[in-house]
Amino acid sequence: MPLLQVKGLSHYFGGLKAVSDFNLDMEPGELVGIIGPNGAGKTTVFNLITGVYRPTEGQIWFNGHNLVGLQPHQIINKGIARTFQTIRLFKDLSVLDNVRIARYSQVQYSPWSSFLHTRWFGEEERKIREEALRLLGIFNLGSYAQALAKNLPYGEQRRLEIARALATKPRLLLLDEPAAGMNPGEIKRLMELIQWIRREFELTIILIEHQMRVVMGICERIQVLDFGETIAEGKPKEIQNHPRVLEAYLGKGVA
Amino acid sequence: MKRRHTVPLQRGWLVALLLVLILFLSILLPQLGILNLYLQQVIMYVGINIILTISLNLVNGYMGEFSVGHAGFMAIGAYVSSLLTVLVFPRSLGPFIFPLVLVLGGLAAALAGLMVALPSFKTRGDYLAIVTLAFNMIIKSVLENIDAIGGPRGFMGMSKLTNVAWVYIWVLLTVFAIRNFVFSSYGRGILSIREDEVAAELVSVNTRQAKILAFVISSFFAGVAGGLFAHVLQFINPRSFTILKSTDVLVMVYLGGIGSITGSILGASIYTVLLELLRPLGVWRWVVGPLMLVILMVTRPRGIFGLREARWLIPAEEVQADATATS
Repeated sequence: MPLLQVKGLSHYFGGLKAVSDFNLDMEPGELVGIIGPNGAGKTTVFNLITGVYRPTEGQIWFNGHNLVGLQPHQIINKGIARTFQTIRLFKDLSVLDNVRIARYSQVQYSPWSSFLHTRWFGEEERKIREEALRLLGIFNLGSYAQALAKNLPYGEQRRLEIARALATKPRLLLLDEPAAGMNPGEIKRLMELIQWIRREFELTIILIEHQMRVVMGICERIQVLDFGETIAEGKPKEIQNHPRVLEAYLGKGVA
Repeated sequence: MKRRHTVPLQRGWLVALLLVLILFLSILLPQLGILNLYLQQVIMYVGINIILTISLNLVNGYMGEFSVGHAGFMAIGAYVSSLLTVLVFPRSLGPFIFPLVLVLGGLAAALAGLMVALPSFKTRGDYLAIVTLAFNMIIKSVLENIDAIGGPRGFMGMSKLTNVAWVYIWVLLTVFAIRNFVFSSYGRGILSIREDEVAAELVSVNTRQAKILAFVISSFFAGVAGGLFAHVLQFINPRSFTILKSTDVLVMVYLGGIGSITGSILGASIYTVLLELLRPLGVWRWVVGPLMLVILMVTRPRGIFGLREARWLIPAEEVQADATATS
């Protein structure tokens, strides 16, 4: 059974068709790329899956649950996590807090015991802190734990966003242009990182990306969007020479 | 490892000892006549304002919304507790049931807080500010139009149940509860709403729950402060709880600094005492006080202690995490 099943997904902003008839089946462990020119509706697909927007039409099934109509935090709790095209960290909070916040829904104590800081509270908080610090360690961010997120270098902020997403313990990770603004060296390390977390955390990943190197390098399957419509899908090799893809990116006549 | 645990523990005992000592002083000094009635009154107002400021800071500073209706919650606490002590419970029981009465006043205010939290799911920023403003006006109008509780003439007959010691105890409870809450997962959820609400939802924070918690807790303590206030003054009327009163609390929040309990204590104390000290200036004190605020906002936009906390208010575990991280 596929882990994620998106059927006939469409979304309109007023009269504008942002996404139309988008379909995607993902088996556990797959890494699928979504590419397309600016404004093609890629991020909208992520926003629909995570409940930021409610789809005009279509169904989204994840692990046997229907996601349409759920609030974002409920969808995250089903095991989906995401990062953002432009970094959206909690800037004025510490790096440690950024990760700890992602454990919000897993907290076992009640608001009452948070007033009293009971023994139970202490135990739970200790667990949350240790888990967060362990995760930061994995991402080489341990030494920044108490720094404010906004003071981190750009590459570290990107890594922190992924760490924060993983703190919710997802099965499906949605990465929205993780390589944006990175230099070739950073991109290479990012690709290794994605491959590594995929194995280590047993993740299924959807990747939106503009950098062809990244997409062609690590994705097993690619889906190409243009003006909200899927114009091609297949293996990286097939996509590279697909006439409609070349047309969408470079214009008619080149193909 | 051992040393690490004993240091915060000793510090904890020292703080506890000091707090108990102040409690004794707050009972003894007025009884021995060392503190005259005027000074007692000023101290009580400082305390009540500290409670109001910390509670408003939870919504405006920690959560980053802009509530301008705090006096509305205060009014509910003031009226409910006054009605209870004057009309419901026998007068002789007054001093004994006073804490209970304050809690009931707080709970009534908390219920109103819940009602204000609901529109905050869909509305935020300036628009939510308008909602809270409307709420404040509704409360005032409703109070003015119920004749049974005095209408616009106000309500009186309360005994002077509030004293320095009670105010002190409630200040401690407020600081304790809100500090503990802020340093918990729920508190961090509230911080994340201030930072980026959409991102908060997308890292599993139930923002509706967090907003309800913030508004309910904030309005509960505002209600308690209202009850204390009513039993100092022994007379309340709807005009004591207008937008002007709310503005006063806002000023203290932003003077002391958003997202800081230390700041709220300082902001409320400085502003209250300053306005008392400036009394000889007559009407001019309403110019000097706010002018200082303007100067502060220009030179220090985050207030005296914005987004920072005094060391003694930070839980030992958090300080420890600090130490391990920097090494």
